[in-house]
Amino acid sequence: MGLLQNTLPPRERLERSFTWGDAIVILFLAALVYGGARLAFNAPAVIEGPQISLEPSTLPWYTLLSVGRMLAAYLLSLVFTLIYGRMAAYNRRAESILMPLLDVLQSVPILSFLPVVLLGLSAILPQRTAAELASIVLIFTSQAWNMTFGWYQSLATLPKELREASAIFRLNTWLRFKRLELPFGMIGLIWNSIMSWAGGWFFLMAAEIFTVGSKDFRLPGLGAYLHEAANQSDFRSIAYGLTALVLTIVALDQFVWRPLLAWADRFKVEMVESGEPPTSWFYDLIHTSRLFLWVNSIFGNLTERFDRWMIRRAPMKADWEDGASNLDWRLVAFYGLIGIFILYGGYRAAEMLVAVPASQWGQIGVGVLATFLRVSVSLVIALLWTIPVGVAIGTNRRVAAVLQPIVQVTAAVPATAVFPIILLFFINMAGGLDIAAIFLMLMGTQWYLLFNVIAGASAIPQDLKYTSALLGLSRWERWRTLILPALFPYIITGSITASGGAWNASIVAEYVHFGGRTLFAAGIGSLISQATASGDYPLLLASTLSMILAVVLVNRLFWRRLYKTAEEKYRME
Amino acid sequence: MATNLTNTPLLKLRHVQQIYASGSKRFTAVQDVNLTIFEGEFVALLGPSGCGKSTLLRIITGLQKPSEGNVLYRDQPLHGVNPHATIVFQTFALFPWLTVFENVDLALKARNIPAEVRTPRAIDLIDRVGLDGFETAYPRELSGGMRQKVGFARAMAVEPELLCLDEPFSALDVLSAESLRGELMELWTSGSIPTKAILMVSHNIEEAVFMADRIVVMDKEPGRIIAEVKVELPHPRQRKSDEFQKVVDEVYGMLAGQTESEAVELGSAPGEQGHTRALPQIAISDLAGLLEYLAELPTDRQDIYRLPEELNVDPNHIFSLTEAAEILGFAYVEKGDIILTSLGETFAEASIQARKEIFATRIRRLPLFRWLTTLLSHSENRALDWDVIQTALELEFPKEEAEKQLDTLINWGRYAELLSYNDDRELVYLETPVSQSTPS
Repeated sequence: MGLLQNTLPPRERLERSFTWGDAIVILFLAALVYGGARLAFNAPAVIEGPQISLEPSTLPWYTLLSVGRMLAAYLLSLVFTLIYGRMAAYNRRAESILMPLLDVLQSVPILSFLPVVLLGLSAILPQRTAAELASIVLIFTSQAWNMTFGWYQSLATLPKELREASAIFRLNTWLRFKRLELPFGMIGLIWNSIMSWAGGWFFLMAAEIFTVGSKDFRLPGLGAYLHEAANQSDFRSIAYGLTALVLTIVALDQFVWRPLLAWADRFKVEMVESGEPPTSWFYDLIHTSRLFLWVNSIFGNLTERFDRWMIRRAPMKADWEDGASNLDWRLVAFYGLIGIFILYGGYRAAEMLVAVPASQWGQIGVGVLATFLRVSVSLVIALLWTIPVGVAIGTNRRVAAVLQPIVQVTAAVPATAVFPIILLFFINMAGGLDIAAIFLMLMGTQWYLLFNVIAGASAIPQDLKYTSALLGLSRWERWRTLILPALFPYIITGSITASGGAWNASIVAEYVHFGGRTLFAAGIGSLISQATASGDYPLLLASTLSMILAVVLVNRLFWRRLYKTAEEKYRME
Repeated sequence: MATNLTNTPLLKLRHVQQIYASGSKRFTAVQDVNLTIFEGEFVALLGPSGCGKSTLLRIITGLQKPSEGNVLYRDQPLHGVNPHATIVFQTFALFPWLTVFENVDLALKARNIPAEVRTPRAIDLIDRVGLDGFETAYPRELSGGMRQKVGFARAMAVEPELLCLDEPFSALDVLSAESLRGELMELWTSGSIPTKAILMVSHNIEEAVFMADRIVVMDKEPGRIIAEVKVELPHPRQRKSDEFQKVVDEVYGMLAGQTESEAVELGSAPGEQGHTRALPQIAISDLAGLLEYLAELPTDRQDIYRLPEELNVDPNHIFSLTEAAEILGFAYVEKGDIILTSLGETFAEASIQARKEIFATRIRRLPLFRWLTTLLSHSENRALDWDVIQTALELEFPKEEAEKQLDTLINWGRYAELLSYNDDRELVYLETPVSQSTPS
């Protein structure tokens, strides 16, 4: 059960409902969209993408390209995480801006930014480079936030005595990072990386083919291959593509993540031996091999030199900070520039919004409502099946042994990859896209819920189970008094992530090009996609901001409150 | 060590204060401390929890900047973490992902000492503290005593002039603590380490008398130095000797204080003139246990310093219990002894219901409690939000302390059946007196 429990998303932070920080952040995003749209007007009028070949022999190459994009975005996320998390954790003034910003960024519909980024970039860069960069940026935005949150949290919870020991023993910034911060945050960082890769695949599939009006951006890769295969209803190619995808994901799991987890077990902070450490056959194989030892000894020598060079170059700053801080003029200038950008961009964005006709605002209102309904339906369906199944897996070893591997592989396949195939089935039904959209939302989000329910069910203390058996409670009584209350915090945590994901998926789900046809259902995601396709930037801005606002409000007013109740009343710790 | 004690001051604290601001109110954690530590001296800082001794240690090592006053090291004012001082931490503060050797080595590496010099020195120190053979073990594989030995090895590896010990033995079992104390004293008195002075924070009186040349006694509310005791017994000291016991008794007397007149003991209500006495955080069942224990003794009295050993509880906890018994009038303190009052004896022998009644009459006398019941009886439905009361208490206490005080008030009030608390709605209300309640 070890692995599943650890796939839990990081806990949401508790906060007051709506702050000035949020307002600034939303203004900032509006300014950003405006800036991108401004650039986008200069993009070339017609863009033709490269031909995507469905030959199976191209698959290894396509897979490599896709993984390369993921890797580039991941490295970017990692660097961003380390720097941003550190700034937020160690500077109180920065924290008050950076954390609300991160919180809103998490709820931003990433896909709605893609056209702006893509068109903006293609105005200043060659088309292929722009498309590559845009896909990397898109994947980055799906990977970075949870990693950053996790890293920030681990820095903020560094044990006081270890911080003091580092200061007393004069570790400089580098040694402190290497010997204290990184080891302490390592396990969280790895788990968050695993989640980020899973999320990244979802968006990679969407980012490799993108059409804006007569501009067709496509990148050779697995996502484009699957999309093209579905478009031509070529089932054999679909099967090839899916196999390649699943193999890649399994290989990454076996050769990268599991060995890393087994290795990172040493960074557990508990001072007692852990019961069930993560294992990896691959790690066992390599870490005792002669080659590994040899590489290790060479690196040992190099790191020793590097460490001492860093210590000489940047010795610890041990002095107390001055109470009367002398403001750094560069910092002031930097904040000033950002302020001007926000004000100007916000102003121009507001001008754009004013230009949106009332009829479109009406559409937006209806769209938000429709998408909200779809998200709710998908969440209810997910709850209905994940609670019984999750409890069965979490409390019954035999069921777990059968279902767990199936669940893990299924959950690893990004919903966007199979979406075209699902469309094939639903497309000719009445309201087919409505059903398909809910289906996609469901596929993207139910796993968060399932994993949370499993974790919750397996955490129910044995003595409480015995007690309820001894009291002779009926099945319904047992669910009402023990199981549901015990699951409550886990269900809430899972639902928060799931509903956020579902909103995001609406952009892909509610508007599709398929087999030469364009289908759409009423919804805010659909409006965003339509605005993108027709290059209607005021509408794009208005609908994107509306969606952000809706998601943030639902989170703050509904989920946060439930979460607080769950934390205070139902947490069994 | 009396023999190598010199008159050269190593460290001086001049009018050091630590003040925390919370809203408009300021709280003094450490008040006007003046202290000099000389070369060759082993000084112990002794006091109840919350007296600011740990804060003082952090100020002395430069981990924390005092709000006022200054710290002079060899007559030079300190501007940051003192490079000549190290700390042995109460909770060891070892890096769990590093081996014993790597933990010691890291401290040396941070000072940019080349590997050729570092490695033999680290191994030698691990050897000296008796951990030979455990160089590649991780801290989690070691017992508490062995972990602290690593803590000592790491602290001494960087050859500090001032070695600070932050309750280094309090997280260890009795036997490990005792042997480690002996080993440290041997290193120190033989002069085989380059350390110039040792400063130990402790709340264990015997330990301080056993090791230190001078004991600095602190008290809380506000944290300040109340006395200094020189210990001029030769090493190794004999715990059973009369001279030793005399010093222990003397220090216990200072720490436990004397029971004052009732007005002073109870203090004043929040918002009134004078000092509001904070209630000690204790469980009522523990207090009852102490009173029962005393009642069973033929004289109804006991040396306070023998209580921790007799009852197998932490000395700090004994001080809190004693304080609670004093405030409630169940016992009083005189010359280091705690003596049961007749009320305390009655309480100890009473039934569960009778105990509650006695307790209720006693806590109604507490100004803090009276203040709360008056507040509640003037409120709508005789109830108030937790937050409202806490905010009111924050006029007297720092935020965290206010929360603890309210917690204690509610606990005591619930036991006495004077208050109720609804956790769902975070509402504190007055229990309806029995005479008014309608039979259900």
